[in-house]
Amino acid sequence: MANSDIEIVVEDPTAPDENSPAITNNRTVEMAVMALLFVLAVVLGWDNWRTGASWDSTGPQAGYFPFYLSVILGGAALYGLASVAIKRSEGLETFVTRAQLRRVLQVFVPTLLFCLAMQWLGLYVASFLLIAGFMSIIGKIAWWKSLLTAFIFVAIMFVTFDVAFDVIMPKGPLEAVFGR
Amino acid sequence: MEALGLLFHGFAVLFTWKIMALMMVGLVLGIFVGVLPGLGGPNGVAILLPLTFTMDPTSAIVMLSCIYWGALFGGAITSILFNIPGEAWSVATTFDGYPMAQQGKAAEALTAAFTSSFIGSLVAVMLITFLAPSIAGFALKFGPPEFFSVYLLTFCSFVGLGREAKHKTVISMALGLLLAGVGLDTVSGQLRMTFESSDLMRGVNFLVAVIGLFGISEILLTMEERLALRGHAARISLRTVWNVWKDLPKYWATLVRSSVIGCWLGITPGGAIAASFMGYNLAKRFSKDKESFGKGRIEGVFAPETAAHASGTAALLPMLALGIPGSGTAAILLGGLMVWGLNPGPLLFVEHKDFVWGLIASMYLGNVVGLVLVLTTVPIFASILRVPFAAIAPMIVVSCAIGAYAIQNAMFDIWLMLVFGVVGYVFKKIGIPLAPFTLALVLGSRAEDAFRLAMIGSGGTVKVFWSNGLVGSITTLAIVLLFWPLIDRVFEMFGRKPSPARA
Repeated sequence: MANSDIEIVVEDPTAPDENSPAITNNRTVEMAVMALLFVLAVVLGWDNWRTGASWDSTGPQAGYFPFYLSVILGGAALYGLASVAIKRSEGLETFVTRAQLRRVLQVFVPTLLFCLAMQWLGLYVASFLLIAGFMSIIGKIAWWKSLLTAFIFVAIMFVTFDVAFDVIMPKGPLEAVFGR
Repeated sequence: MEALGLLFHGFAVLFTWKIMALMMVGLVLGIFVGVLPGLGGPNGVAILLPLTFTMDPTSAIVMLSCIYWGALFGGAITSILFNIPGEAWSVATTFDGYPMAQQGKAAEALTAAFTSSFIGSLVAVMLITFLAPSIAGFALKFGPPEFFSVYLLTFCSFVGLGREAKHKTVISMALGLLLAGVGLDTVSGQLRMTFESSDLMRGVNFLVAVIGLFGISEILLTMEERLALRGHAARISLRTVWNVWKDLPKYWATLVRSSVIGCWLGITPGGAIAASFMGYNLAKRFSKDKESFGKGRIEGVFAPETAAHASGTAALLPMLALGIPGSGTAAILLGGLMVWGLNPGPLLFVEHKDFVWGLIASMYLGNVVGLVLVLTTVPIFASILRVPFAAIAPMIVVSCAIGAYAIQNAMFDIWLMLVFGVVGYVFKKIGIPLAPFTLALVLGSRAEDAFRLAMIGSGGTVKVFWSNGLVGSITTLAIVLLFWPLIDRVFEMFGRKPSPARA
């Protein structure tokens, strides 16, 4: 295939290093998840037992159906835990490498901050900061492009949701200044 | 014939400027959703659902279903031009679609994909038109035991016929059913699993869960990988379309076979992924030239696309007729119906004829308009991929947050979305399937209500689930499907293989 046939090329300057060391493997994570699910099943089972998991004069009590579901969840989690525990340890699949985790956190942390900021600044200002910040800091895109894109996107969202479809979003001090 | 009359009535409901415009908007948004990395059909429908809250149910469902068709069409673009399957059911399309693009036949491959998508959907919509009213009519005779046994059949077939480890499917389903029970118990008025949190009293909204599980987690997963793209651009000419279409009769057997497989796996919860692979494998098995598959054979595009789209569309049949969705996206559409106060199931055909037949008519029209739209706009949609992911990712996060917040106007839902995002990321990486979770979360309270009513009616004996031939056969079938892997193994031990389900 000649290279001239390729017409769309998008490079990734921050691509994760392929030789990055593994942080953990799938078996360890699976065991942790199964253990957590088992604990969750016990907690929910206990709560449903407390609510009432038997029969009274009107039929099954409120906790009856969810109690037995907790038992099923707990049983399946225990089975999962046992089946992972006896798995051979050689050739285990990597869950995440250091480079991959770094990239995942590059999205997760800003998202977390965005959710926090939304409570004080309102959805639209928080969205503007997230998009502009993410594009320029993480994506290394020119600041003016980042600011312009963020402004246009947030304006479209505002007009679509707040004006056209009347969907109420969390508002902050900026919206208050503009009387909305 | 009655169905045809009602269908024409449905078209009459549909032909207004407003609904036609919404249909176009839905299709365009859907193709965007299908093409963009980190988004997909279920996620796109869930995020855009709040847009429809202020619409009447018919307009809303037409727009949402068109987002769904658009996403189905859009997935093929990235599979063929970039070798990146937008959805898991597009994986089989890459086997021959991408080699065709490498050989300079990208336009042919795309035309084949769009055309076969259209054919698969059309066959499934015709099935819905003629079968759904009869099933719904039959289901009107159902009481709580019958309904619970049908729910049980759905859950058991997910466990028994699913490709994932059985205990993982059980975990996913039990977790979904448990979360569906959080909050106020509508029968006794008691609070369950709320741990004195006022936010949990409202319950866990399944749309919030879906947005987190499919949207946020997909962004995290996409970000993990290298985001470089090298692909082909394609423009589809009328001549190419004509050349592909005139050869269609040659592939009639593949198209019919894939449509049947797709419809079957759509109605039973086999799913579009299984359908696309089965369609591809059978096309290869029945071909005289098996060796050419995987090297750019057009039949290798026709088969999986027809099957996947027939399956995706047929999954709406049990949703409309019985209130039981056959796929994750159908479950989200069902949730949408409930948001608008409609009760999916047999009564829908009696109480909301305009809505049901308007929706069915929109499936025909949406597919025709969608086909024309994708054939004419491929270069525009393919060029979306030039936009760097660093610009797309935060926009998707914002869209997810808007979607999650708008459902109940609750900040707590934003945090819940984030938690589900992490859960979805971990679950996907360790192979816990998410579709059974979504299904269970949607159907949980209905299944519990049916179970409790049936048990109250019988005075607490489970024999009620075998109290007549109908409920008895459905319950028995459910148990057979639950233990199907064991039964299959027993058959294998005796040297017989009863079905290709495990293939």
